[in-house]
Amino acid sequence: MKNCLVVDDSNVIRKVARRILEEMNFAIDEAADGQEALDKCRQGMPDVILLDWNMPVMDGMDFLIALRQEENGQAPKVIFCTTENDVGHIMKAMRSGANEYIMKPFDKEIFEAKFSEIGLI
Amino acid sequence: MTPQDRDYLHAILKEKSGLVLVGEKDYLLQSRLMPVARRHGMESVSELVAKTRTPGNNGIINDITEAMTTNESFFFRDKTPFLHFTETMMPELLKDRSGTKKLRIWCAAASTGQEPYSLAICLKEMSERLAGWKIEIIGTDLSAEVIEKARSGLYSQFEVQRGLPIHMLTGYFSQAGDMWQIDSSIRAMVTYKEFNLLESFAGLGKFDIVFCRNVLIYFDQLTKAEVLDRVANQMNPNSYLVLGAAETVIGLSDKYNSVAEKRGLYEVKGAGAATVGGVDIAKPVFVPRSAVSGAA
Ligand SMILES: C[S@@+](CC[C@H](N)C(=O)[O-])C[C@H]1O[C@@H](n2cnc3c(N)ncnc32)[C@H](O)[C@@H]1O
Repeated sequence: MKNCLVVDDSNVIRKVARRILEEMNFAIDEAADGQEALDKCRQGMPDVILLDWNMPVMDGMDFLIALRQEENGQAPKVIFCTTENDVGHIMKAMRSGANEYIMKPFDKEIFEAKFSEIGLI
Repeated sequence: MTPQDRDYLHAILKEKSGLVLVGEKDYLLQSRLMPVARRHGMESVSELVAKTRTPGNNGIINDITEAMTTNESFFFRDKTPFLHFTETMMPELLKDRSGTKKLRIWCAAASTGQEPYSLAICLKEMSERLAGWKIEIIGTDLSAEVIEKARSGLYSQFEVQRGLPIHMLTGYFSQAGDMWQIDSSIRAMVTYKEFNLLESFAGLGKFDIVFCRNVLIYFDQLTKAEVLDRVANQMNPNSYLVLGAAETVIGLSDKYNSVAEKRGLYEVKGAGAATVGGVDIAKPVFVPRSAVSGAA
């Protein structure tokens, strides 16, 4: 079973994402901001990280940049999952080392499409 | 809706589009046709049916047919057909047709355009190997509504997230309000046309690749067989047919050979089997029966 870390400051979003990803056979861990996510990654890198952009304490972009500098920080696939839906944000995310990008709102079909895009299912 | 109404609707749908409804889809008739009835200022599906029985109501019949067909499509649907396209079909055809450097591709149930545009993107990505080639993609569909949408190249945020890798979204689309529009350079690679597969294919010309996916599945065996045989007649020697994941030629047409280890991919061998001088001598031309509505 692959591990997915869901990083979002909304616990409603985390719950919805967890439910879909569990149906897709992922083991889920959650973090409410970038700092908490980074701490969890330092204890063990997940296979994939679902990452919100706008969060308190440390946002998704700062987290991504920090993650990629960690030892083993290249290993997890990172999928942004955010309401930011303009080309500028998407390009910036991809240049900073994201592997895929989901524009909210999402559903199970979008998750399946995007996770299969990067070979996770 | 009376049983007679239902039988009558089944008959029109079969006649006009080949669509065959099985018993458990009956509820669909009511839920999909009620909006059509309202649009035409009627209160019930029975009233709508009564109206179609009077002459001069082909418009309503078309609306009924469009409402009952399934138009769902997505970019790079099922993925493998597009791998077969770039890794098997195109390399073979680039060798085989190097004399003429011309290829014609037909998406025979193009719906809202995701399939022909996915092929156009594949061609764009291999464009350095295509210098000097003239490649046409023709997308046809029964429904005027989907063809119009296909031409516009406009897709919702939901549609562009099903099947399109993000680098293709940023590479080939631009934002247009809430929607995403595929670039004009890709749109220009595809020609769209309203076309019913039950009608004669004369005038379409010959093709080297035919994508006929997720449409035969709605037809009965006889209609499937007829369409497949007539498609074969529109194909150049050594051409490819691609069907949907749940479709096959087996038991329906003997004009195709399966391609080993490529599921859903078929070849037409030799000089179009039973064709002499472009005229099919073995099979009569399929003539659609006259319309149930009695309209000429
Ligand atoms: C499910 S879509 C398939 C789209 C695309 N080929 C794919 O696989 O994603 C089926 C399409 O077939 C079209 N269709 C149904 N009957 C048809 C007919 N008799 N002639 C042409 N198109 C037809 C419908 O309008 C619909 O757009």
